Amino acid sequence: MNLILVAVISLGAIGLIAAVILYATSKKFAVYEDPRIAQVAEVLPQANCGGCGYPGCSGFAAACVKAGSLEGKLCPVGGQPTMEKVASILGLEAAASEPKVAVVRCNGTCANRPKVTQYDGVRSCAVANSTYGGETGCTFGCLGCGDCVTACQFDAIHMNPETGLPEVDENKCTACGACSKACPRNIIEIRPKGKNNRRVYVQCVNKDKGAVARKACTAACIGCGKCVKVCPFEAITLENNLAYIDPAKCKSCRKCEMECPQNAIIAVNFPPRKPKPAETATTANATKPVAETSKTETVAPKADATVAPKVETPVVEAPKAEIPKAEA
Amino acid sequence: MANKLIVSLSPHVHNNDSVQKNMYGVLIALIPALLVSFYMFGLGAVIVTLTSVIACVFFEWAITKFILKRERTTIMDGSAILTGVLLAFNLPSNLPLWIIIIGALAAIGIGKMTFGGLGCNPFNPALVGRIFLLISFPVQMTSWPEVGQLTSYTDATTTATPLALMKMAVHGDTSALEQLPDTLTLFLGNNPGSLGEVSALALLLGLIYMLWKKIITWHIPVSIIATVFVFSGLMHLVDSTAYASPLAHLFTGGLMLGAIFMATDYVTSPMTHKGMIIYGVAIGFLTVVIRLFGAYPEGMSFAIFIMNAFTPLINTYCKPKRYGEVVKK
Amino acid sequence: MKTFRIGGVHPAENKLSAGKAIETLGLPKQAVFPLSQHIGAPATPIVKKGDVVKVGTKIAEAGGFVSAAIFSSVSGKVNKIDSVIDASGYRKPAIFIDVEGDEWEESIDRSTTLVKDCLLSPEEIVAKIKNAGVVGMGGACFPTHVKLSPPPGCKAECVIINAVECEPYLTADHRLMLEKADEILVGVSILMKAAKVSKGYIGIENNKPDAIKLMTAKSVNYAGIVVVPLKVKYPQGGEKQLIDAVIGRQVPAPPAIPINVGAVVQNVGTAYAVYEAVQKNKPLFERVVTVTGKSLKNPSNFLTRMGTPMSQLIDAAGGLPEDTGKVIGGGPMMGKALVNTEVPICKGSSGVLIMNDKEARRGEPQSCIRCAKCVSACPMGLEPYLLATCSAHGDWERVEHEMIMSCIECGSCQFTCPSHRPMLDYIRLGKGKVGGIIRARNAKK
Repeated sequence: MNLILVAVISLGAIGLIAAVILYATSKKFAVYEDPRIAQVAEVLPQANCGGCGYPGCSGFAAACVKAGSLEGKLCPVGGQPTMEKVASILGLEAAASEPKVAVVRCNGTCANRPKVTQYDGVRSCAVANSTYGGETGCTFGCLGCGDCVTACQFDAIHMNPETGLPEVDENKCTACGACSKACPRNIIEIRPKGKNNRRVYVQCVNKDKGAVARKACTAACIGCGKCVKVCPFEAITLENNLAYIDPAKCKSCRKCEMECPQNAIIAVNFPPRKPKPAETATTANATKPVAETSKTETVAPKADATVAPKVETPVVEAPKAEIPKAEA
Repeated sequence: MANKLIVSLSPHVHNNDSVQKNMYGVLIALIPALLVSFYMFGLGAVIVTLTSVIACVFFEWAITKFILKRERTTIMDGSAILTGVLLAFNLPSNLPLWIIIIGALAAIGIGKMTFGGLGCNPFNPALVGRIFLLISFPVQMTSWPEVGQLTSYTDATTTATPLALMKMAVHGDTSALEQLPDTLTLFLGNNPGSLGEVSALALLLGLIYMLWKKIITWHIPVSIIATVFVFSGLMHLVDSTAYASPLAHLFTGGLMLGAIFMATDYVTSPMTHKGMIIYGVAIGFLTVVIRLFGAYPEGMSFAIFIMNAFTPLINTYCKPKRYGEVVKK
Repeated sequence: MKTFRIGGVHPAENKLSAGKAIETLGLPKQAVFPLSQHIGAPATPIVKKGDVVKVGTKIAEAGGFVSAAIFSSVSGKVNKIDSVIDASGYRKPAIFIDVEGDEWEESIDRSTTLVKDCLLSPEEIVAKIKNAGVVGMGGACFPTHVKLSPPPGCKAECVIINAVECEPYLTADHRLMLEKADEILVGVSILMKAAKVSKGYIGIENNKPDAIKLMTAKSVNYAGIVVVPLKVKYPQGGEKQLIDAVIGRQVPAPPAIPINVGAVVQNVGTAYAVYEAVQKNKPLFERVVTVTGKSLKNPSNFLTRMGTPMSQLIDAAGGLPEDTGKVIGGGPMMGKALVNTEVPICKGSSGVLIMNDKEARRGEPQSCIRCAKCVSACPMGLEPYLLATCSAHGDWERVEHEMIMSCIECGSCQFTCPSHRPMLDYIRLGKGKVGGIIRARNAKK
């Protein structure tokens, strides 16, 4: 009995002393934090991906509260809806933002870009890039070791074993930019998703002269400048033998896509161009369901690009229903 | 050119060393001690060693295959065999089969594979097995058979080990130390104990082989042995009836086995020479402290186990001597 | 016997071509001169398509102080200025010259008589070396005139000549010493004069006893030059290791350089190039290249004009063997694996090594068993396993703290690793990143 009493008293005393110490320290060392930071952090996705440019979601929340304006602040993962919630907590105006997506600007598939050497180092793009130009003749293109895949927190980018290139799952991609940063060759670009998820871009980053680029890869931009001439909106610039389409100016007319002799410009999520009834060869491509091309960014059917009639604007609204919704 | 050229960064050559070569090198170094154990304990030693090795290899294979689901099993690298042999060396030769198998499961399962396999384990797997058994089955683990019963296994008659005598001396039995066999007998191994630890001579042969083959460096074994010698020597000078002579300490129990084979385990020992010496000195010190003042007669395995836990800390604070730190003459 | 104090390994020497006298290789059909053959700014071309050049004509001017001029090694017409894949594995700008005849600039003294005395002042010597485009011939290609112009506050005390040739297989320096001993010693004297010092050491590893004997015998005729035999240990040819081995001093961690401990280190090939530049008015446009490999029919040492494609050297040594897996520019420890055999010989090409497919492949990496062999092997006293792991995880702060910038990329760690871990791949990556971080930080200041 005595033993129990001693135990209870001593343990109780320890507990009491500890509680007093804890209370004292929590009072003494308390740091005032704006309660809104916690509120903002609550509505953020808590992915801590760093896509906003701040160290994690709480860092972003603190920055939002401190700044007093949401200009230039965007949580790429949550997008516009999240930013509106943040704005309502802080009583601010959310800056308008466009949904973006990562695009892989290389089409150097195993078929397009034959290998000329064998790489025997670490399976890491960063290391391969520091070793040499790569297994193929192209010293700018994808190295295929999948650093972008490792960097992605959202399971949105995967290597396609057939092409040897990464493919972005645009439904999962949050445009946080981790893959783009991980790519030592700056191949992955974060571009606006575009109207109806439709976008046109140059799928190549090769800056070699035309002949060299063409020898290395059959899908390389050779810097011929045809696209620059054909673009009615001056959206395309040619620098260092490489064309670049400015997403802000591009109106997705797809003229450049048809003009490109190398098929280096691609347009994704557009409905198939109307095939000429006579052309039987293209019907097979035309019947390809749109859903498939939009899910992963496979190249838009190439064959019809050369034979189809010129289309001024993205055709009818009818096939829109087939395009999967964001959450599909 | 028919073949595509291979491209990788330098260096383009390798000294052809491999994990396997190192592991099998240690196993070769263990052969003298193994032969001595067969000679001293006969059938029991053979059964215990075989069981332990087979169980360790089996558990490693089964865990990599069915739990970790790795495509490549690592049983061929020799590390599981080595763990098996070292575990057996730490067991008395009359231990029943089922206890050995439990020990092997603890060694490989808890000690090694839980952490991800070879290279990731913080503690020496064989030691984990031994300590697990020592705590779980103290009676079986501390009754050692007399030497020379070549055909008996679990039925062998047991006797007190030199270490037990030394412990009795510490506890005030003034005649205990006089019953100790002479130093030469201890050195050759004609005394009871765990099966691999009895012969200091055979273990030292293994050390020479490993140093010659550059499998290990001298730092850990030498610092352990020196520390034990100095510390136990001092205690012996203080009171020679209670504390045994330093040579008796060196040649009894698992000290040599621990200093040469257990403490030098690559994975769980420090990376720098300075760190190795700190580690060795601490093991030597702890061993003697446990032997003389602790509850257990043997302290080697606990000392190594404790210092294994300190290895990451030693690695953080003991940096190698950097080039350029030497001030210009 | 002297050697450096920390770490080191001993790879199989394989000096297959040590007994082969230097042969002069024929002219190529087309010579290609990459504009970045040295550390520092690329050279700027001063010729254009269609220009006619002679052997020894300057075709590109140094692009800055840390840079070097490039001279044509052939006579002929400039075909184009385009890009070529060089030893780095990337396309770099280069001058292409179609060879016609073999007409030399008149100013070059083509006789073989030894010109011993040099009456020029140190400044004139440095200017002449700079004007001849001489760079370190050991492989790093650091412009020689920069090394001879110490930064303010530093004073050279001795010149150390690197005749160690610690890379396995290579024998170019060894042969050069045996065949051009006097010229080298004059070159060393000139270097000593240029650096304003009275002491010169020539460090030679004792696997070249004939070279040690010859150089020691001849060096008595040259004031202040001492031959230092060294124990064979890789990477003794590393600048910092050589200083430690020869004069027992250690260069502090970067950004300190050898001159901070009073040493100017030059390769033995550089000493010869300096002799030719200063005494014979011959700019740097040819060098001795070892072509070697176990499966090669006839491993040899060739005196080769720069710009010659490596394939021509390989053909002269018996042709590319069937089972070739890797062609390496340089030695097996630090050389660069080449993408094709058309890569031109540059100022720093000390050798071409052919490895068969089996030798060339790396072992499969296993997990680190923490054996600490890399720590023991590292000649800079670093912890390669730690640097590699932290680099792989992108912990740049930690690797900088662990002195990754001290790494000399000698490859001893990876050479010795029983788990075949590609440590140096990661360490190089980390070095590159940390170097960038440090530069950015310094730029901010």
